[in-house]
Amino acid sequence: MPNGTFRLRRNRSQLPGFGLTLGLSVAYMSLLILVPLGALVLFSMNLSPREFWRVVSDSRVLAAFRVSFGSTFLAATIDMFFGFVIAWVLARYRFFGKRLVDAIIDLPFAIPTAVTGIALATLFSPKGLVGGQLAALSAWINARFGVNVSLDIAFSGTGIVAALMFIGIPFIVRTVQPVLEELDKEVEEAASSLGANFHQIFLRVIFPSILPALLTGFALAFARGLGEYGSVIFISSNAPYESEIVPLLIVMKLGEFNYEGASAIGVSMLACSFLLLLAINFLQAFARNRRKA
Amino acid sequence: MNAPALKNCLEPRWLRPLLIAVALLFLVVFILLPLVTIFSQALDVNLQDYLAAALGYEGATPELPPLFASLGDGASVYRAALDDAEVRAAIRLSLFTVLFCVPLNTFFGVMLAWAITKFDFRGKNLLISLIELPFAISPVIAGLIFILIFGASGWLNMVDLYTFADGRITKLLDADGNTVTLYKWLMAHDLKIVFAVPGIFLATLFVTFPFVARELIPLMQEMGKDDEEAALTLGASGWQLFFKVTLPNIKWGLLYGVILTSARAIGEFGAVAVVSGNVRGETTTMPLYIEILYGEYQFATAFAVASLLTLIALVTLVVKAAIEYVLKKQRTG
Repeated sequence: MPNGTFRLRRNRSQLPGFGLTLGLSVAYMSLLILVPLGALVLFSMNLSPREFWRVVSDSRVLAAFRVSFGSTFLAATIDMFFGFVIAWVLARYRFFGKRLVDAIIDLPFAIPTAVTGIALATLFSPKGLVGGQLAALSAWINARFGVNVSLDIAFSGTGIVAALMFIGIPFIVRTVQPVLEELDKEVEEAASSLGANFHQIFLRVIFPSILPALLTGFALAFARGLGEYGSVIFISSNAPYESEIVPLLIVMKLGEFNYEGASAIGVSMLACSFLLLLAINFLQAFARNRRKA
Repeated sequence: MNAPALKNCLEPRWLRPLLIAVALLFLVVFILLPLVTIFSQALDVNLQDYLAAALGYEGATPELPPLFASLGDGASVYRAALDDAEVRAAIRLSLFTVLFCVPLNTFFGVMLAWAITKFDFRGKNLLISLIELPFAISPVIAGLIFILIFGASGWLNMVDLYTFADGRITKLLDADGNTVTLYKWLMAHDLKIVFAVPGIFLATLFVTFPFVARELIPLMQEMGKDDEEAALTLGASGWQLFFKVTLPNIKWGLLYGVILTSARAIGEFGAVAVVSGNVRGETTTMPLYIEILYGEYQFATAFAVASLLTLIALVTLVVKAAIEYVLKKQRTG
């Protein structure tokens, strides 16, 4: 049976079901994911390049891109700091409630975004547990020093950052934590016995070895935050040019039955996601090689 | 664990409590307080007024308002919220979505994981990265793509239907002599896809596709294929192989994948919001109905529905911790 030997050599496996499982699952994936995404790209090609450019270079669209990129970048950067501290604490210290903390970190992965949205909007609103304290604080500062400070988080651009921080934190913790746990303590101890102080050890030994993981976590949080819709629209004031994110603009274009406009903005976002995905794959490969070496 | 190493931590003494405090403060503000907010709002307990009075802010009532005296009322508010017919309809639609999407995505996810981990073929790495695609793109785009296909000015409205009559193929015409597109034909036969339940199912299938395969692939790669090959030489059939050899090894990972798929299917908002059309009681899933209630300032009801979804999320986390514990034990013992 020449056919049989050919197959064996190709798969290097005698297990059954290669054609069946691969064929069916790839067909399903194509129908559900690849063809619809292709349809989006094709649809945007109904526009001439000039029309496409007119849609995406509209000042309101550009403002939305600025808001989306700016707040996501800020949120992911802040998360990088806090995520690192949380990962460090979880990997190195023992304290009361550590198990619970370790489990609850994943809450943003598990909780629906609409629930996040209304919870954070209420929490940070002037009537909420945190927003109320901040409002009282700004009133106190105003009365005491005569300086007008606004500490409003909900219904402003700051609210977007708060929501994206919530969404992004587990990505950073979950990529950095395993690397910190695997870190060879002997290297640190050797450096210490050679007279290095903690400052030097941290900057020369620990930080370089977790940097790829930290950047991967940042990129994952950034990619997720860029597309986030549910949690943001509740806490943001959604004011055009100021606190309107790109996904919201797509939804609004669809509401106006402007399918071409929606598809053009959608394709631009898709391109951003692909670039981020490439960056993440590259960073992960880099981190893997580094750990092996 | 690395207990002896912990003793000679190299960092200065003051750093450790400081870092723990920073981590806990972040978690309290961003994780714990949102949870407290959800449940206190659902039960109509006004913590903020209580706190303001307790801390003695200006404008707050001089004596502490009763915090728990209203809890009995809170429970009845909660019950009334969940008794609402439209809330019931939303819960039902969310459950139907889970019942439709989870079996399909589980079936194909298992097949995909089997093909990827048991065989070598060209393009495997590309296929693995494509699985994650739905996670990488915005949920709004996941809804958008189905509108562009099935919507009123989407692709289906650009496809003309043909009919076979008098030995010739001609364009299908309606009573007024206009060409009939696939979209119009579907509408005429009452087969609405977007802005209806099928669209919700499709968008949910899209966003929940990766979970099962993503949980199974690393697990099955780690297990290798020695067990299956041994069973094969002993004369097991393909089905026996899967159900008696593979499945017992991957059951916990599979269960976790199924739970993640269900949790996301119940809670998906962005993708479903785009394709739903928000017909109250018909195409509103639980998260969509939360948005409607919140927009109408019915906060107690909105948070009551939200608290159900939060409970599901918390159960997911508990199950995850339990499964990780079991898997760790399996690996070491």
